[in-house]
Amino acid sequence: MRKLRQDAIRQFGTFGILLILGTVGFWVICMILLPQLIMIDYSFRPFLPLREIGGPEDNYTLKNYMVLFTNEFHRIIFIKTIWASVIVTVTALFVCYPISFYLAKVAKGARFSLILVGLIIPYWINELLRIFAWQLILSDAGVLNQFLLTINIIADPINFRAGNGAVIMGMVYAYILFMVFPLYNAMESLDRNQIDAAHDLGASWPRIHWHIVIPHAKPGIAVGCIMTFMLAAGSIAAPQLLGSPSSFWFTQIIYTNFETANWNQGAAYSMVLAGLCLIFIFSMMKIFKVNLRAIAK
Amino acid sequence: MISSRVVLKLAIGSYLVLFFVYLFLPLVFMSVVAFNTSTIPQVTPWEGFTFNWFRVLFADSQMWDALINSFIVAFFVVIISVPIGLAASLLLTRLQFKARNSFYAILVSPLLMPGIIIGISTFLFWDKAFHLSGGLWTAIMAQSTFISGYCMLLIMARAQRFNKTQEDAAFDLGATHRQVFLKITLPFLKPALITAAALAFMQSFENYNSTLFAIGFEQTLPIYIGSKLRSFISPAMNALACIFILITITGAVVYEVMRRREAIKR
Amino acid sequence: MNQYIGQDIEIIDVGMHYEGSPKAALNNINVHIKAGEFFSFLGPSGCGKTTLLRLIAGFLDPTEGQIRIGEKDMCRIGPNKRPTAMIFQNLALFTLMTVSENIAFGLEMRGVSLDKRRKKAEELLELVNLPGVGNKKVSDLSGGQMQRVAIARGLAVEPSVLLLDEPLSALDLKLRQHMRTELRQIQKRTGVTFIYITHDQGEALTMSDRIGVMSADGRIEQIATADNLYNKPNTAFVADFVGANNSFMATVKTANNGHAVVETSFGFLTGINPQQLSSGQQAIAFVRPEVISVLEESKSEENTIKCRVKNISFEGAFVTIFLDVDGKEAFIMRRHNDGTSLFPEIDSEIDVCFGTHNTRLLADGACFHA
Repeated sequence: MRKLRQDAIRQFGTFGILLILGTVGFWVICMILLPQLIMIDYSFRPFLPLREIGGPEDNYTLKNYMVLFTNEFHRIIFIKTIWASVIVTVTALFVCYPISFYLAKVAKGARFSLILVGLIIPYWINELLRIFAWQLILSDAGVLNQFLLTINIIADPINFRAGNGAVIMGMVYAYILFMVFPLYNAMESLDRNQIDAAHDLGASWPRIHWHIVIPHAKPGIAVGCIMTFMLAAGSIAAPQLLGSPSSFWFTQIIYTNFETANWNQGAAYSMVLAGLCLIFIFSMMKIFKVNLRAIAK
Repeated sequence: MISSRVVLKLAIGSYLVLFFVYLFLPLVFMSVVAFNTSTIPQVTPWEGFTFNWFRVLFADSQMWDALINSFIVAFFVVIISVPIGLAASLLLTRLQFKARNSFYAILVSPLLMPGIIIGISTFLFWDKAFHLSGGLWTAIMAQSTFISGYCMLLIMARAQRFNKTQEDAAFDLGATHRQVFLKITLPFLKPALITAAALAFMQSFENYNSTLFAIGFEQTLPIYIGSKLRSFISPAMNALACIFILITITGAVVYEVMRRREAIKR
Repeated sequence: MNQYIGQDIEIIDVGMHYEGSPKAALNNINVHIKAGEFFSFLGPSGCGKTTLLRLIAGFLDPTEGQIRIGEKDMCRIGPNKRPTAMIFQNLALFTLMTVSENIAFGLEMRGVSLDKRRKKAEELLELVNLPGVGNKKVSDLSGGQMQRVAIARGLAVEPSVLLLDEPLSALDLKLRQHMRTELRQIQKRTGVTFIYITHDQGEALTMSDRIGVMSADGRIEQIATADNLYNKPNTAFVADFVGANNSFMATVKTANNGHAVVETSFGFLTGINPQQLSSGQQAIAFVRPEVISVLEESKSEENTIKCRVKNISFEGAFVTIFLDVDGKEAFIMRRHNDGTSLFPEIDSEIDVCFGTHNTRLLADGACFHA
């Protein structure tokens, strides 16, 4: 400990290290830890009228969490959110894998820059507007229905937005790049010679990918899946814009809690969502055998 | 007979075309709608070409207020996140301590959590601790919580490549800690700091999830877009999207031209 | 250029023990380096010489003892407040600055005006034989030029002592030899005290006024001039580490008047006994290869060995002859090639001899085994 202090002072000076510790300390304590703790505190307190807060009724309780089990609607939505997010993640992985590989190991020169720019442009356009674009396509009078009507495949417009399909479509589109870039980063460091060597030894393309590319890209796959799942499960814009009353999302329940000033319930559900993401992160780290340092790159 | 190579090439080619059609076609539709006279945002039927929706957009004082708020929030997020990211990256790259890995986990945790959780917890914290209800300040705090993490990772990547004996040499030649920092460390980290600032600005400008819960009754541009899109949808939003796309493409072209010019110089 | 004020450097009972490390990096170091001296610390890698240099520079504080520069205790005085300047092994030039900015950096930190800084930088570039490169980028310089810029940068702050941490190790052989002469000249011209650390004995022997040899466990073995170090090593480590040497395991039989007689596996040897070893002690007899010659007629003051020629290696200016006694006690002798001498044949039995004053008997301590 003494050595650490000396080392810190030697490198940054007393004032410097205090400044660094103060800055980082403010971030960790006032922006990361305390807000989480206060949210946890809220989540274990009952929702009471203002004058009863701090009164005899204001005791710690599991009530807010229990609602998830007692309220059937909430429970169904929660489970739906999980599997729909998994679908978004898996779909994104399949759509993005080839383009990431192409970008990392095949494309060169001008074509490479063109693809990169092509990927980045949609990424810079607001998430809400990207989702809105799908509203134009999937609505009753949208491009897709108009198209199908014109070529006489259907007689009446289909209500694409009735189920969860539209929300899932919109999310895959909106979060696709959070899958591409981690995959690309991981594949980029793969030695092209390994692929050539395997090819030379007679391995087929599926085998090369299964035995060489995928094992190498594991950290990237893990990161891409974590980011996409987290964004999907935590998305509020996509269900708000593309959903219908029948395709409610868990985040929308949280939002409603806050609209009705039931912060305690909202905090408890936020904790549930955070817990869900944590479990997903840990299972990804286990499945792909990667550590946190590889993830946060 | 067609060889398997040609088949593979065709497959890859059509995949690429499909992928980019998927990526860009929605944006094309969105832009086209901005010029359709129809009061409902739709591609067909085409009722006539107009710039009217841009006029409607520019006449909306709410939009301008939201835009100004977005700039204010983004400005402060940059001012807060870049120094935090810098301090944290110095701490993590320069000092060896036992709890380093757990500490690192805490610092990157906001990046792995859904934005709405950060928004909610920030909102609750400032309300409870300082009786500050949601507003621009809480939005700035919520966004900075995770944007600082991005800045830290970016700056760390460069800080790890730093040759520390340069600092030793500067000390040895009589520089104070402040001078070493300003003359040696900071100039080395400058490119990463600029990238971090740009990224922080864009992240803030784009952010919806965290901001939605933290900002109370104020509006940034994404919040404004969100509320417009949820209530009465007008093609004015398409006009806005069109402007976004134009700015982005211009930015990409300028960047690419500059990059090529830089490449030729070398 | 007499603006450099030389100051004595005293290293008194200095020990250094890194926290968490099982053994001390430096033990009981005592050296008095005089103003204007070119002093080298020579030792194998890991002997703590870089630690010692960083202690003098002020990057570290010793766990024991004190370092005084010009009578002043340097304890708790940071590197930026000491009258020292260091030349780092990797030079640590500021890559984002020009050559002039590098050289003038120390002056800038002291608030010297831009005009004066420019002038000083030019002066120093002249001094290190590198005029006119002030506006170049550091990355445009060659290895040797970078070296000179680093030295100029160190000298710019007018230090009492310049600390050099193996600065030549990155250069190729030819440039390295050239820079030795150049470094020595710069030191003579400026009169600044140089403290130089190296594991290369060639560097240490050719440049230094005095050399301190350090052993792998962080002790000073001997401090002496180059010729004394070579001709009169005081410990087995020095005898073994500096130059090539033959060693014979032995036991002291009799000792008197600075001489002693020892018994080896092939008979008795007489030699100088600088460590005052007494009868019965284990000793190593060191004999340089070049002092051994083929016995022509017996002289009483010489040691002789009957041995067999194993191999002969002709190296141009000299010839190395590999010998052993009954298949054991391998040793070598080295003879000048004057063009006329005949060398013994392989496998022939010969008698060789060497003077007793060229035989050094030293206690069997830690040896350097390269």
